[in-house]
Amino acid sequence: MPTRERWAFLAAGTVLLVVLPVLNALPAESPLRIGDFTLNLFGKFLAYAVLALGIDLIWGYAGVLSLGHGVFFGLGAYAMGMHLMLEIGTQGVYRNALPDFMVWNQVTELPLFWRPFHSGAFTLLAVVAVPAVVAFVFGALAFRSRIRGVYFSIITQALALSAWLMFNRNSLNLGGTNGLSGFKTIFGFALSEPGTQRGLYMATVLCLGGAYLLCRGITGSPAGRVLLAIRDSETRVLFSGYSPAAFKLFVFVVSASLAGVAGALYVPQVGIITPAKIGVLPSIEMIVWVAVGGRGTLLGAVVGAVGVSWLQSVLTTSYPDLWLLVLGGLFIAVVLFFPDGLVGGARRLLGRLEAMRRGALRGRPDTTAMKDAAIERAPR
Amino acid sequence: MTPGTATRGSIIYLEDVTVDYDGFKALRDLNFYMDYRELRVVIGPNGAGKTTLLDVISGKVMPTSGRVIFGKHTDLVGRRENEIAALGVGRKFQTPSVFANLTVRENLELSLARKSKGVLATLSARLDASQREQIERALSTIGLAPRAEERAGGLSHGEKQWLEIGMVMVQDAELLLVDEPVAGMTDEETERTGALLQEIAQDRAVLVIEHDMEFVRSIARTVTVLHEGSVLCEGPVDQVQRDERVVEVYLGRGRAAHA
Amino acid sequence: MLEGARVLLLLLALLPGAVAVPAVARAAPAPGTAAPEIAKQLTDVASKDPAVQEAAAMALGKTGNRKILPLLEALREGSVYVHVSRGIRGTVIVGDKVTDGERTLVPLFSAYGREPVTGADGKPLLVELSALEEVSAGRSLRLALRPLIDAFSGQSQLANPDPGVRRAAATKMGNAGDAAATPALAEALGRETDRWARHAMEEALALIGLRSSDDAARAGGAARLGSLRSVNALDRLRDIAADSSTAASVRQAAGEAVKRIERWSLVTTTLELAFQGLSLSSILLLMALGLAIVFGLMGVINMAHGELMALGAYATFVMQGWFQAHLPGSFDYYFLAALPFSFAVAAAAGLVLERGVIRHLYGRPLETLLLTWGVSLIIQQGLRLWFGAANVDVTAPRWLSGGIPVMVGVQLPYNRLFIIGLAAVCVAGMYLLLFRTAAGLRIRAVTQNRGMAACLGVPARRVDAFTFALGAGLAGLAGCALTQIGNVGPELGQNYIVDSFMVVVTGGVGKLLGSILAAVGIGGLNKIIEPSLGAVYGKVLILVAVILFIQRRPSGLFAVKGRHADA
Repeated sequence: MPTRERWAFLAAGTVLLVVLPVLNALPAESPLRIGDFTLNLFGKFLAYAVLALGIDLIWGYAGVLSLGHGVFFGLGAYAMGMHLMLEIGTQGVYRNALPDFMVWNQVTELPLFWRPFHSGAFTLLAVVAVPAVVAFVFGALAFRSRIRGVYFSIITQALALSAWLMFNRNSLNLGGTNGLSGFKTIFGFALSEPGTQRGLYMATVLCLGGAYLLCRGITGSPAGRVLLAIRDSETRVLFSGYSPAAFKLFVFVVSASLAGVAGALYVPQVGIITPAKIGVLPSIEMIVWVAVGGRGTLLGAVVGAVGVSWLQSVLTTSYPDLWLLVLGGLFIAVVLFFPDGLVGGARRLLGRLEAMRRGALRGRPDTTAMKDAAIERAPR
Repeated sequence: MTPGTATRGSIIYLEDVTVDYDGFKALRDLNFYMDYRELRVVIGPNGAGKTTLLDVISGKVMPTSGRVIFGKHTDLVGRRENEIAALGVGRKFQTPSVFANLTVRENLELSLARKSKGVLATLSARLDASQREQIERALSTIGLAPRAEERAGGLSHGEKQWLEIGMVMVQDAELLLVDEPVAGMTDEETERTGALLQEIAQDRAVLVIEHDMEFVRSIARTVTVLHEGSVLCEGPVDQVQRDERVVEVYLGRGRAAHA
Repeated sequence: MLEGARVLLLLLALLPGAVAVPAVARAAPAPGTAAPEIAKQLTDVASKDPAVQEAAAMALGKTGNRKILPLLEALREGSVYVHVSRGIRGTVIVGDKVTDGERTLVPLFSAYGREPVTGADGKPLLVELSALEEVSAGRSLRLALRPLIDAFSGQSQLANPDPGVRRAAATKMGNAGDAAATPALAEALGRETDRWARHAMEEALALIGLRSSDDAARAGGAARLGSLRSVNALDRLRDIAADSSTAASVRQAAGEAVKRIERWSLVTTTLELAFQGLSLSSILLLMALGLAIVFGLMGVINMAHGELMALGAYATFVMQGWFQAHLPGSFDYYFLAALPFSFAVAAAAGLVLERGVIRHLYGRPLETLLLTWGVSLIIQQGLRLWFGAANVDVTAPRWLSGGIPVMVGVQLPYNRLFIIGLAAVCVAGMYLLLFRTAAGLRIRAVTQNRGMAACLGVPARRVDAFTFALGAGLAGLAGCALTQIGNVGPELGQNYIVDSFMVVVTGGVGKLLGSILAAVGIGGLNKIIEPSLGAVYGKVLILVAVILFIQRRPSGLFAVKGRHADA
């Protein structure tokens, strides 16, 4: 990591991990205090950012557009949700060891696949492993048969639709349309405590930092260059002796796991997970985060996820009718006018300013930097 | 030099290879072989099966029947393209295909021969001194050393072609397949490309497909003429050019004679 | 001769009072002639003694003679009077009042057959109401009359010129299971020529037999129902087969009939599902055709295609509203106007979309995918804000309701037939357009090699716009057709878009035949899996099937093998 980036990373980490929680812990009357609600909301956005990093890895770098990441998010979220449901124990409405919705659906015995989720360790493993395994199987089938480009996108969209339909079924024993909710504690800590929420927020920041470093490690390695190369010319990669399918499968699985982690961080902070979070629309909303932030730059993914989600939460509370129009407009505007997103656009602007400065010093424009900027803009 | 006698000494050996595209036979019972370190040019009219020949060797197309033996006894039929590439068969496409978003140097680094090109090995791969040197050498051979840190997308058509040749060079391929390397090049670029190919051919076998007869004469030692999916004749350039069958085929009278 | 004598005899017996009234008697053909026993009861119905009156009414009802019906109805309405003419009492029905100066007169009708009674001058006889003696019908009589009248109306419906009415009447009588209907049914069956009406009558007779107290008749009825494959009777037969108090022979016959009907109903439900699948396939095909040619031509994945379909559906809704407001008389024809209208609306929207944004993005399929998704969100939300989030009602025109019965228990509904026909016409039209016209040649040229076509002077951009509009128009037609079999709401497009893409992927891009087969396959599979596994697992299974299919044929059903451009 270059020094400048390292300093930026450490500074951002300090602000997110130390300063904000401290401000939240201030006494209520302090003017600098950040409210519990705000911190919680921010924690949710940062969980989304973990997911966005994964999407950026596969879309921004390898050029593979997955419209099914909501499924992986959902798998992680449901895994965590199942554990939290079981932690409720007999505290539920029906005072039954079974989750309330099962009592309601007249299920008398805990289904087999729920049982391991009593264990916190197993749950943490499942949060990563379940999306990873699903992504592996799906990706192996898709990439092996060289389903690429829009075909892959369409197939993943069908995956999102199918998963959404299935999770809506009561017979799956995952709460049907209402999903999982009513959680009381996480690993023994009461979810209603501001302290617990602060802890969850900090865990999210740590996960985001970890995810950033992981993605940075991958994109900075020769393998990262292979990913970029796949975006340029898959055939050339193939004839250079690499298997594009293997590399794509690898990032697809990594990206699905990150989505799973994001889901697991989302659930205790929001307190509910329903099939509505895993369908076609949420899956494609995730894409717009990365597109707006700037794909192909990890920072862009984070900025986009937080920025767009914040915009959504503002608009849906004050102008609920407007949000879908704005979202649609965002898609169009980003594609037509800002193909590099906010971060890419800002970088290009900086690059141009730099070129002008250098040009002024030398008395002529710096053609190399200009050309670079032009290439960056070229259609991919 | 009849087929079959030189199996042991050849780098690539195709035996009775047929490629059938739903009834259209792009190659029919083709027998073809090349010696180690040979520079061979394949010519032939459109539809003779030249590109299909390269597709079969590099694994892009599965032959309907026949064997493709690489080196001593590696059968290439049924292997994936990247496996074949890793075995030591490099391919340069007709239209330049380089990684536009990577720098020239990164393009070469990526193509470099590595012990393993699996995902995990690539994640932790580092360049050693000899590999670094190999890249510098390749950069100067293809004449792109001054532009090593530029994005490949900004190179000219000819430069891209050279970069791609450089990429297959550092791939340490024993056999290089080159499809129409000088199409669309200026005279100077054509000249340089010819020199480049001959330099490369000093320590590996090179199979070139080309239309430009002047270029063919300038680089070729042996020429193979393909026609309707099989070998029409083979030999030194001058001899082939005098061959009446070749003249007929190129003038279009061949079809009636062979029908 | 003999016939004439009988008529004369009946005539004399019919109107007891009329014999002495030459004017009435002369009116020929006789206004309602009745057999002697009926004539007696016609008099008795007017009796002051309720018991006599009711007995007579019942006896009349039991005859099943259709000419009695008007009298019974008149009795219930209280328009039966006794007309005394020269001391002879005759039962008559009175018609609507007529005013003639000061006097209020009523026309008289015969009790038998309700035919006008004419006076000496041959004109209808008008008398003052006060000159007549009212026949009152008590409540108990009125109650008793009701089933009789129903039976009669059923019977008269059995003679209706419309075979559909005859069928419905027979089915109703069979379900009522009243043995009194037997003679009427048997008589109707004797002269029935329509196959489906005959079937319904036979079924009704067998159902009545099933209700009989005679075990042999019951067993016969059951066996008959079995051979008629009467799905209507299935529940009743099952009950009988399971009822231990029933005679063994009856139970056995019922059991066999149940098996027979169940086997048949398996066949019919399969056929019905296949037919539903076919009509769903037709809609998918209309959608996929547009998607596939656009993708083949421009490499554009149009995520807003589903919303173009929704626009077509809403255009139909708007057209329906316009007809209601301006041409209520020809309301049934709104659908004919809606077809071109929905095509035009969607095509115009497609044209705007193509000219406005998509043309900037050729060769960048992933970007167009995102962009058109954005467009789809905006259209969807626009529809929601304009028409409301709830589904809107589109009424089927009368000529599209109902259907053609082809087999016992299988009816091909007109609306679905229409949709299949529409799809077939569109496919044929597309084929002709693509392969038989200059415009089609241009489309194919640009699809195969855009650069070369442009060099040869084909205006590629205009071809793009035209093709996109055409594809959008087809989606609009699909939406219009959909209004007849599905709900119309803002999310309409989303329900079909994924399936349509599956069709495009499976069928191979730009391949007409591939798209057809894939549409039929996926639509059919959807409907066939649905009843056993439910729609949800059906969708999941289809996804799995498509993925496995692509494993074997990555470029779709009809991929072109051979040389193709390097990716």
